Amino acid sequence: MAKGRPIRWHIAVFLAPAVLVYSAIMILPLFSTLNLSLFTRTEGGTAFVGLDNFRTLFGDPRWSAAFWNALGNNLWFFAVHMLVQNPIGILLAALLSSPRLRFSAFYRTAIFIPTILSFVVVGFIWKLILSPLWGIAPNMLDMVGLKSLFAPWLGKEEYALTTLALISVWQFVGIPMMLIYAALLSIPDDIIEAAEMDGITGWSQFWRIKLPLILPAIGIISILTFVGNFNAFDLIYVSQGALAGPNFATDILGTFLYRTFFGFQLQLGDPHMGAAIATAMFAIILVGVCIYLFLIQTRLRRYQF
Amino acid sequence: MKKTLGTALLAGTMLGGTAWGQDVTLTIESWRNDDITIWQDTLIPAFEAANPGIKVVFSPSAPADYNAVLNSKLDAGSAGDLITCRPFDASLELYNKGQLADLTSLASMANFSDVAKSAWQTDDGAATFCVPMASVIHGFLYNADAFEELGLTPPATEEEFFAVLDKIKEDGTYVPMAMGTQDQWEAATMGYQNIGPNYWKGEEGRKALIDGTQKLTDEPWVAPFVQLAKWKDYLGDGFEAQTYPDSQNLFTLGRAAIYPTGSWEIGVFNPQVSFTMGAFPPPVPNAGDTCYISDHTDIALGMNAKTAHPEETKTFLEWVGSPEFATLYANALPGFFSLNSTAVEMEDPLAKEFVSWREKCEPTIRSTYQILSRGTPNLENETWNASANVIRGSETPEDAAKRLQEGLASWYEPQQAQ
Repeated sequence: MAKGRPIRWHIAVFLAPAVLVYSAIMILPLFSTLNLSLFTRTEGGTAFVGLDNFRTLFGDPRWSAAFWNALGNNLWFFAVHMLVQNPIGILLAALLSSPRLRFSAFYRTAIFIPTILSFVVVGFIWKLILSPLWGIAPNMLDMVGLKSLFAPWLGKEEYALTTLALISVWQFVGIPMMLIYAALLSIPDDIIEAAEMDGITGWSQFWRIKLPLILPAIGIISILTFVGNFNAFDLIYVSQGALAGPNFATDILGTFLYRTFFGFQLQLGDPHMGAAIATAMFAIILVGVCIYLFLIQTRLRRYQF
Repeated sequence: MKKTLGTALLAGTMLGGTAWGQDVTLTIESWRNDDITIWQDTLIPAFEAANPGIKVVFSPSAPADYNAVLNSKLDAGSAGDLITCRPFDASLELYNKGQLADLTSLASMANFSDVAKSAWQTDDGAATFCVPMASVIHGFLYNADAFEELGLTPPATEEEFFAVLDKIKEDGTYVPMAMGTQDQWEAATMGYQNIGPNYWKGEEGRKALIDGTQKLTDEPWVAPFVQLAKWKDYLGDGFEAQTYPDSQNLFTLGRAAIYPTGSWEIGVFNPQVSFTMGAFPPPVPNAGDTCYISDHTDIALGMNAKTAHPEETKTFLEWVGSPEFATLYANALPGFFSLNSTAVEMEDPLAKEFVSWREKCEPTIRSTYQILSRGTPNLENETWNASANVIRGSETPEDAAKRLQEGLASWYEPQQAQ
């Protein structure tokens, strides 16, 4: 027998479970959603309509207004997370990694705990806290003489979305904190010592030595935030309902998708338009992730220790 | 196969394995999870006593999820034998898909008037697919003790209504009216659809809207919005973020004097309140006007077309259509009024008050439910949003009406003609 390279069966065998499971629960549904968006319901069946659903979504004044409203709200939701959640997460991580801080394990746990709570619990608790009738927020503001600052935030068009974004920040600030904290801990001591030898300490050490070293972690957090925010749905649904009131001020792509796909009250669900929205969401997230991977990730400098 | 397995599993869990093979078990799908004890303690035992060999299980889902859950169960073939029917298009859709059986030939259908059946019929009225159970009547509940304390009497006209609200506000002990806009549907259902029929003259206006001779921008359809816009000043602090349960609590705790609502609250409120409740119908624009009330056909029971026990299911439905069931149901659930033509004797005074309006006022159903919510944008859902906007003051009554009319005309042909 000729001595060719033996077929390396073990590669296929070891890959098979992951490939099969991933295909069955991720790839197949993804393509069937894309497929669903190309059909429409007719009398007694479905018919292939090509890109007609997308034409409706972007061409019809009502559908497109709803879509752009949801996308705009989603961008604001994301912006609040990037501007509030991530800087606070980094700050907390920097404080936690300070060797002089006492009870750091306690703080770490306390700040991380909301992350593991259910959206339903978080939405409900905050709705109660902020309730103008029974909430503790108006009373607490009253105690410090700032009652006039209180407004029924969740019911006001101009505040509702920002309020919900901040609630989400409160819940998830633990994630960037933990990731950055881990990145900070992985910076070798000799680099820090070398910096100290050169007289770089305190904040200047953070800005000049540590921050460049944790930039890849910040990049990962940004992309996680992006994907999470554009797939968000639960918090809005729990606290504002599927109509994302007041006056669609808190409607994001997830709630828009839900309303269209499953229907709401007298509105019957339309899986085909819903799939078109889901496809648009997929495209938005894909573009966002690609921008990150090809424009930002490749420019991040990595340091080998 | 899937269905047999589903039924077997379902029956298996329900019966715990006993009595399987002798008795037939029927399962009722419903969104009325508030009613589970009434079904288990009153209605089902009464039926089972009269019909040995048939067991009935009441298996409700959460109200907000009911339509979605039911649709997927029906598609998967795992739905129960008896389906609680939403009025109009949601059920019509199920009938057209062949998931609800035609019940026109049921003997007890003769016990119901055409109006009662209209919510569960094909557009031409040829086929009826659910047995009507109950309707709910809109109106206002008030805290009678508070009214007495302030020397007020229930208002009959719009002018008196606002005079009463002004007095309560002036006194300051009570929030004049308990309503919030957070959930939106209160504004539409307990606001717009509650007071509206007096302006659009009930059935006359509703039918004119369906055949295209009136528009939502016409005066009778804008007037209720104009009145809603005035409500803002009489609602509690922070009503923008007040939810439906908040409003219920505000009223039952005795902190609010008037509560715009419907008769379905009677059964819920009776055990909770420590004051006397009274009710008045929506005030008419001018003294002496005919009053109109929303007497909305709300709930019915149909048969899953793919049930394994069609005969037993029909036996149950015949019973649901009987005067006996009507009496049991209406008294167990004060505020859900039987649609049966046989007069039902009710004991609850508040329920009696509501039902007495049927004699002096003209009844109608919610204007958006029949036909007009078939397209996209959905008129009912848009009305929620518009009513909440108008009460909050972020949209004028005229703008809201104009937006609703444009949305309706975008897909509904009779409204496009003009």
